[in-house]
Order: sequence, then C-alpha cells, then structure tokens
Amino acid sequence: MKEFIEGSHAIAEVVKSCQPGVISAYPITPQTHIVEDLAQMVSSGELKSQFVNVESEHSAASVVLGGSACGVRVYTATSSQGLFLMQEVVFNIAGMRLPVVMTCANRAISAPINIWNDQQDSISLRDAGWIQIYAEDNQEAVDFHLIAYRLAEDKRVMLPVMVCMDGFILTHGMETVDMPEQDKVNKFLPAYKPLYKLDTADPISMGLLADPDYYMETRFALQETMRESIGYLSEISKEFNNVFGRDYKDLLVEEYQLKDAEKVIVAMGSVCGTIKEVVDEQRAKGKKVGLLRIISYRPFPYARVYEALKDVPKVAVLDKSVSLGAYAPIAVEIKSAFFGKKKGPKVISSFVGGLGGRDITMETIHEVFRRLGAKEVNFDFVDLKPELLKEEYGE
Amino acid sequence: MFGPLTVKPKNSKGDKTGSWRTLCRPHYLHKNCIACKMCLMICPEGCVSGKEKNAFSVDYTFCKGCGLCADICPKKDIEMVSEESNSEGAS
Amino acid sequence: MENRPLFKPGHTACAGCGQAVAARLVIEAAGANTIIANSTGCLEVFTTKYPETAWGVPWIHSLFENSAAVASGIEAALIYLGKKDTINVIAQGGDGSTGDIGLQAISGMLERGHDILYVCYDNEAYMNTGVQRSGLTPFDTNTTTSPAGALSSGNLRPKKPVPEICAAHGIPYVATASTGFPQDLSRKVKKAISIKGPKYIQVHVPCPLGWRHESNQMLPVAKAAVETGLYPLFEYEFGVLAARKQIIPKPVEEYLKLQGRFKHLLNNPGEIKKIQEIADNNIKKYGLKLEA
Repeated sequence: MKEFIEGSHAIAEVVKSCQPGVISAYPITPQTHIVEDLAQMVSSGELKSQFVNVESEHSAASVVLGGSACGVRVYTATSSQGLFLMQEVVFNIAGMRLPVVMTCANRAISAPINIWNDQQDSISLRDAGWIQIYAEDNQEAVDFHLIAYRLAEDKRVMLPVMVCMDGFILTHGMETVDMPEQDKVNKFLPAYKPLYKLDTADPISMGLLADPDYYMETRFALQETMRESIGYLSEISKEFNNVFGRDYKDLLVEEYQLKDAEKVIVAMGSVCGTIKEVVDEQRAKGKKVGLLRIISYRPFPYARVYEALKDVPKVAVLDKSVSLGAYAPIAVEIKSAFFGKKKGPKVISSFVGGLGGRDITMETIHEVFRRLGAKEVNFDFVDLKPELLKEEYGE
Repeated sequence: MFGPLTVKPKNSKGDKTGSWRTLCRPHYLHKNCIACKMCLMICPEGCVSGKEKNAFSVDYTFCKGCGLCADICPKKDIEMVSEESNSEGAS
Repeated sequence: MENRPLFKPGHTACAGCGQAVAARLVIEAAGANTIIANSTGCLEVFTTKYPETAWGVPWIHSLFENSAAVASGIEAALIYLGKKDTINVIAQGGDGSTGDIGLQAISGMLERGHDILYVCYDNEAYMNTGVQRSGLTPFDTNTTTSPAGALSSGNLRPKKPVPEICAAHGIPYVATASTGFPQDLSRKVKKAISIKGPKYIQVHVPCPLGWRHESNQMLPVAKAAVETGLYPLFEYEFGVLAARKQIIPKPVEEYLKLQGRFKHLLNNPGEIKKIQEIADNNIKKYGLKLEA
C-alpha cells in the first residue's frame, strides 16, 4: 500500500514485517529514528521481539551474533563510528556464517566529526565478508531488507547482509513508498530454518580456533559463496518480482540510458537519482549520456560491469568515499573489470565528491560530464573549496 | 560452501594427551579407598571414573600425570609412580 | 538425553591447570541444559582447537571482550523462543577478558538484568598470551609486563575489585570461590543457577605455569590464598554482604613462598609488610577472622 513516509519509519515497518526475534542497536545519528520506531513497536505489542538496549555498538553486534547463533532471526542498524566500533564483530559474524541483516545509514567518518552522508563507513568494511547492497531511494531501501533476509538465510548462502542507505538523504527523506503487505512478505520470506544453532538437544561448538591447517579453507568458502551469490541475487530478484511486481533485474547494476551512450557515469546510492535527472536533461538536448548504477557492491559484479560498459568510450566513476593514499574504491573495481580484456572504455576517469555530506547537485554532475573528455582524469575531487586550503599552522 | 565451521562433541575424540606423561603416572592402590570421589572431582582432564570403593580408575589415554589426584586423596591410596615402571597404563 | 560428559578429556590444558578443574566443576554443576558463551583465552584455546571440542554442551566463542554481550543475545533468543526457563546461560572468561577488556559488556549485561551467570576464572594475569599483568594481578606480582627489577617489586597496583564492582550493580548474587575448595565452588554455581537474574562468580584458579609452582600443588596454593585472607571467599546478595568463609589467618608468607611469581619478595620484609596489610584489610572488611 502506498504511503508518504519518512525513510527511517519505512525501514522500521519493513523490519517489523520480517518479525526478527532479537533486535539490538545502539543509537547513532542518522539511524536513530529506525531503532526508536522499533522500540515503540515492541512496547506497543505490535512487534513480538526481544529489544535489547545495549551499552555500545560492539555489544549490539555481539547480541545479534548470539541471538542468530541460537537460530533466531535478528536485526541491527548503525552508521559511521558505530559500524567502525563493531568492526571486529562484523568480521566475526561473517566468519561464523550467521545470517544477520544490518541497516547501514551511510555517514562520514571522524575525524573531523561529521554526521552527514557519504559512503566511507560501509565501503571501509568491504573486506568483511558481508554482502553489501546500496539503495537509490526509499522504495529500494524497503525492498532490499526483504531481499536481504531472503538471501542471507538461504541455505546455500548463510552470509550476513548490509543494506546501505544514504544517511539523512534517505533515512530522513519523505518519499512515497509502496509498503509491502504482511501476507506478501510471508509469501516471499519463509521462516528462518538455521543450518546450525546452539541447541541443548544437539550440542555443537561454534567459533573454534582454526590453525594454519584449517583457516584458509574457511576464507575460500566465503569467497566462493560470495561469487555464487551473484547468481542468487538474480534468482531472488525474480521471486521478488513475482510476489511484489517490482523488477530489480539482476540486483547487481541498473543500466540507465546506456544504449549508444558515449559518456557514462558510474555511481552508487541516492546520488544516482540526481544523475538520472541530468542524463534526462542532456539526452533531451541530444547528448548521448547514461548512468550505470552499482547496486551490489559486494559481491562486486565485474562481469556485469564489463557487459554494460565494454562499448562505452568514456566512463567517469563518481565515488562518495576515498581510499586515502590510493585510488577511489569503486573506480578501482571498474578499472579492474576491463584490465586484460579486448574491449573497454578508452577513458575511465575517477572523481570523488559528496564527502561529509557536501551536496552533489545537478550542476556537479554537468561538470563531471564536461570534464569527462579525451584526457583521463586519474583521480580528482569535485566541488572543492580552495579557500579552505589556505590554513597556516605553526610559527 | 562452508569449510571448517562447527564441531559436535560426539564427533570429537580429543587429543591423546596421555602421551604428555614423561615422569610419572598415578597408581591406584585399591586398598583404603573410601569412595569419597575427590580424585574424580579434582582431575583437570576429567579422566577418573568409578563409583564403588577401591574401584576408581584413570583413563591413561588422557592422563597428563599432574599428580592432583594423588595429592587430594585423603587416604593416600594413590601413588605417583615412575612412568617407566611396569604397572597398568604403561605405554 | 543420554549421559554424556559435559567437559571431555583430551583437551590441551597444561598438566595440573586450575582453570580446567574449575571449568569442569562449573559446567557439571550447571548441568546439560546449559549454553555457554566463552571469551578468548586459555580455556577457549585449550578446549576448542578445530576439529576437537571438549564441550558436551552448546558452546560459542566470539571475541575477547564480548562474551557477556553474546550471552545477552543468547538469553534474548531463548526468551523469544519460550525456552529460557529450562536452559541456563553462562558467560565465562578469564580475569583479563572479564575485568579489563570485557568490563563494559559485563556492566551492560548486569545493568540490563539478564538471567545469565557470569563466571570469571581468575588466574591473575593474561596467561594465554604469556603471563602479562591484568587489572586483577595482585600487588607486587612478577609478570612479564610488571617484572620485578631494581626499580620495581612487580605489579605496582592493587587488585581491581571486580566482585565488588558487580555487587555495586545491585544484582541478586555475587560470589568468590576457589579451586582450593571445589565443593564450595559447585555449591555456589548450583545456588547461582537457581536464582533468576544476573549472577557473578569469580573463581581463583592457580596456574602452574604462570604462578610457577609444581603441577600437583594446586590445592595447597589455592587454600593458602584463602587462608591468609588474600583471596576472601564471600557472597553478596543484592549488593549486601551475605556470607563469608571465616579463617584462622595465616601470615602471607605461607602463600607467597609457594609460588615462583613472588620469589623476589621473600627477602624483602618491607614489601611483605605491604602485602600483609592488604590481607589484614580484607580480614577486617569482610569479618574473616574466626573468633574462638
């Protein structure tokens, strides 16, 4: 049913419809509305769940780890510093193959402290072994949570999933969202049947010490499952479309006006909405431009990116994060999709923008298309304010 | 694909830690035992078993020869004998 | 349910390990209907090296400082499943994972009032990583990061009063125990399990390797700690002292001389006097002296 609803509230509603047994989260801007809503739902009896108010994010992740280990569906949400504080638990959950679902309300990282949106937080945990999918708008943010549980709990997968949504932009943005009805959720998302769990009727030990004779195979297995999940995402997208009538194709990328495009921007998250507006504007003037939106960041769909961009002469990658001392994270992936291949763009330029919540406007995107020329831009920031770089310290 | 992940106790036989003994092992005299079960309680391995008087014994596959059973026995009915000696449990 | 050992032999603890004795007594007292969340440390390492496990009950190890939080999640899941009334939840770890790096998680667990028993195996240092000092290392102890030398008599700080910190949370039951008194330990575990709410038991467990004593000396060493007043055995209920084991106090040298980690003190009467003061303060504070 369509509702005009705040992003956070929509997430709380869809999580409620998934009926997790244990919820534990520590408040951090801009995720707070999600957990406050869930607390309200538990207190009113709408949601029969154990809501555990913990004393830090490290414990929030540990609580859901323990709950999931008992074979119960769980939920947590965080951002930025909170995600970093729980980092070792995040790696632990993936290594223990527990199907935890987390909302990451993307926010910039300290220092300096900044509560506004960029994607540095979840991108910095890309090695953890979590599946990461990025929403462009609140409809996707809602739908992706259902898909996340379905994928995570699949017996072939058993990997945790992070649903990433841009903080404030999506969490606090009001949009019209077609909220999934409970009967359809029940149809799409079966009850969780764990492969292994802590049960006094059949005891197991979890989290053992694996010495050099055993450790590497667990990492290989994680990598293999990630690779296989590229196919499962398509499978689950079809199931989702059958039940809800919304088609996310392969859930890996979205091709927007790529046919015969000469210049394409690659980006991830809510900024794609703005890019689509600029693409429409330029197309109306006869310019052959397009957008390739990355949906699944982990596992990264290299083959799909190759297919989509192999005939595009000029590609600009717009990252909302940076790997300091090296290249921008998504740009690196895009470049490596073409290395050693016969076809591919002549130019792949890398731009970083929107850090710390600096607004990426339509003008910014026009500027990116302008700068996407014959000469490759190795790496550059957009919308920089040079007057702020004249600070002087010391004597 | 999963790899090494969990272990069930029924599938775990344990390391043969009895091979750690180099000096001595416990020898139960079975003379003055009062079945107080202190030896059973104090063993760090949990490899002492028994119920009736003079009927307690050690599983030498696991016994590390720490000597706690001999130390706790109120009747001094357990002796630590040289690992080389010819009594039960000799490797 | 078939009769199976809850703590199986074949684990790789040092010969004579006090923690192995205590861990086995704890799980046997708690029974088969128990789920354990264990911190990283000696106990976790020597009982669960893949592909072996010594545990006959469901058992999980996550990280060093979060067993109290993991146990909170297990308890919440059991409540959700309607099974909590028949299953005990134990969170356990060493003094390092409990009183230092894990103190925050325990405080949270106690404050939230989970129905969980936390057991701390106190061997008074970070033993698994090589005998480095912890917040619970006693005054003047020789450890690798608080070594005795020309400028120092060992650990410069008194023992962190973790049982009192837990009792200050007002929880139903806090107790200290010792492998020198194994039946008392079992009794306390059984008592704790029968109480609903958060419980904390701290067990003094001699470590032959770290404390430098022979493998068969666990009982005299552990008993001496209690009988000198250096490791008082007491029980708190809802933040109020409810019971203590009374002693005929022995001089602290009777305890110190048994272990290599205090060897440097034996011809240092000035330091021994300071340690005797600690014992005397305990005796006074808890009323430990058995009046004739």
